[in-house]
Amino acid sequence: MIKAENLVKRYGSNYALNDVSFEIGEGEIVGLLGPNGAGKSTAMNILTGYLSATSGSVSINGVDILEHPIDAKKNIGFLPEQPPVYPEMTVIEYLNFVYELKGCDLDREAHINEILSVAKLVDVKKRLIKNLSKGYRQRVGIAQALVGDPKIIIFDEPTVGLDPKQILEVRNLIRTLGRRHTVILSTHILAEVQAVCERVIIINKGNIIADAKTSELTKTIEGGYRYEIKICAQPKDVIPVISALGSVKKIESTGAKDADAFIYIVESTPGVDMRKQLFSACSSNQWPIIGLSAVGTDLETIFINLVDRSEEVTGGKKNKTRRAH
Amino acid sequence: MLAVFKRELRSYFTGVVGYVFMVVFLVVAAAVFCFTTLFSMSADVTTYFTVMLLFSAIILPLLTMKSFSEERKLKTEQLILTAPVSLTGMVIGKFLAAYVMFASALVFTSLYFLLLIPYAITFRVAVLFGNIIALLLVGAAFISIGLFVSSLTENQLSAAIGTIAIILGFLVVGLLSSLIPSNYVARYILDSVSIFSRFSAFTAGYFDFSAIIFYISLSALFVYLTVRIYDRRRYN
Repeated sequence: MIKAENLVKRYGSNYALNDVSFEIGEGEIVGLLGPNGAGKSTAMNILTGYLSATSGSVSINGVDILEHPIDAKKNIGFLPEQPPVYPEMTVIEYLNFVYELKGCDLDREAHINEILSVAKLVDVKKRLIKNLSKGYRQRVGIAQALVGDPKIIIFDEPTVGLDPKQILEVRNLIRTLGRRHTVILSTHILAEVQAVCERVIIINKGNIIADAKTSELTKTIEGGYRYEIKICAQPKDVIPVISALGSVKKIESTGAKDADAFIYIVESTPGVDMRKQLFSACSSNQWPIIGLSAVGTDLETIFINLVDRSEEVTGGKKNKTRRAH
Repeated sequence: MLAVFKRELRSYFTGVVGYVFMVVFLVVAAAVFCFTTLFSMSADVTTYFTVMLLFSAIILPLLTMKSFSEERKLKTEQLILTAPVSLTGMVIGKFLAAYVMFASALVFTSLYFLLLIPYAITFRVAVLFGNIIALLLVGAAFISIGLFVSSLTENQLSAAIGTIAIILGFLVVGLLSSLIPSNYVARYILDSVSIFSRFSAFTAGYFDFSAIIFYISLSALFVYLTVRIYDRRRYN
C-alpha cells in the first residue's frame, strides 16, 4: 500500500531523514513515534507529496508520488500538524471546498453529512472556523482528511492540544477508521501508540530505530524486567537472599525509604516475571512487602532506552546513566 | 483549479479586500474620468488610460498580496499541495480569481465612456477598445507579478510592497530609455521590456500586436515562475 525506500531528506548538512525505509500494508494502523524533531513530520510530508525527499522514493499503491502525483494523492487524506483550515469559512463551506478540491465523485451531500457525524461536527457545521475552539478545529482538520473516502489516512500528531476527553474521542475515531482504512499517525505520546496502533515505527534523529508490532516491542529490548520493591528489612539482610534467587540479575538498594521500608530495584533475566518468587522469598523471611511494581515494561522506558542506545551508537551522549522512575 | 478559483474569489468578499478594491477602483476611475474628459471638455482617452495604468500598478498588488502568503502563513497550502491538484492548476485558479476582480472592475468603469458618445464629435470607439484590451493584458501581467512575489513571502505587506517595486521597476526602465539617444541598442532593449513605453502606442491610437504578445508572455512567465517556486520549495 505504502512503500518508502531509502528516504533521505537533507537540509544543508543536517539530515532530517537518513535512509529510512518501510512498507505499510492495507488496513494497518501504524504509529510513527519519536521525540520532537526526530523527523516524523518530515517523513509524513514526504509520504503525502508536500515535500520531496533529497533521495529515495515513495510509492502509494504502486504509484510513485513524484512521477504521478495526482494519481498517488487521490489515495491519501492528510491531517498536517496544524489543521489546514480557512478561518473565514464555515465548516460546511470548508468541507464542500475540500470535496471540490479533491475532485470527488460521490453522493456529495450524503458523504459530507456522514463525515460531519463521524467527526462530531454536526452542531457547529454552520459556524465560522475562526470562532471554533482548538479541539473543534482539529476535528475539522480530521474531517477534511476523510473527504473523498481515501484508502490511506495520515495524521500528524492528531491529539496535540486537545483536552483528555477529546483525546479519547479522537483515539476511538482513529480505531474506527482503522477498520476500513490504512492509518498512519505520528505522535510523541507513547500511550497513544499503545492505545491505538498495531504497529510502531520509532524514529530518532532521522533513523528508524525500531519497527515492530506494538505487543512485541517489549521483547525487542534487551535486559530483563525491572521491579521496584519496598521491603521492611535492612539491605544487608535482603540483598544476599534475593541475589541467591535463580533468575535475579541484579539487586540494589536505592537508598531511599518509604516509611520503615527500604526501596530496592531488582532486575531479572530476560523474559522472566519473578514477582511471585520475590514475594515467597520475602514471606519466608517474614519481611513485609509494602510495595511491588514493575518498572521498565512500558513503552516509555523502552522508548527512552532505544533512543539512548541509538544515540550511543551514533556517537551521541556516552556513559549516560538512567534512573528508574 | 475550479475549486481554488471559487474559494479565492469568495475569499475576496468574505474579508474586506474585495470591497475595498471595488470601491476604490470605481471611485478613482470615476474621478479620473471626470477630470480627464468631462471637466476638460475632451473625448480623448489617452490621459484616462495612462492614469488608470499607473493606478492599476498600485491597486492590483492589493488583490494578489495575500494569494499565497496567507496560505503559507495559515498552513492551508498543505491542504492544496497534498490534494490531487496540479501546481499549475492551483496557480491559475488564483490568477483567474484576481483577474476576474480586476477585469470586471475595469469593464464596468469603461462603461463611463458611453456618457461621452452623444456629445463627442470625434469619439474613436476603436481606440477605446484598443486601450481597454491593452489595460486588461497589462493587468494580467501585474497580477502574475503579484502572485509571484506573494509566493515568495509569508508577509502580505512585503508581498504588496515587493510587487509595487517590481512594477515600478518596469516603469523606471521606460523613463531611463528616454534619456538614451534613440540610435543606441540599449534604448531599444529598455523600450522593449518596458510595460509603459509599449502602452503609449495604445494611448496614441495604435494597436500594437507586439505589445500584446509581450504582455501575454510576461503574464505567462510569472505564472510559470510561481509554479517553479512551488515545485522548487518541496526540495528545500
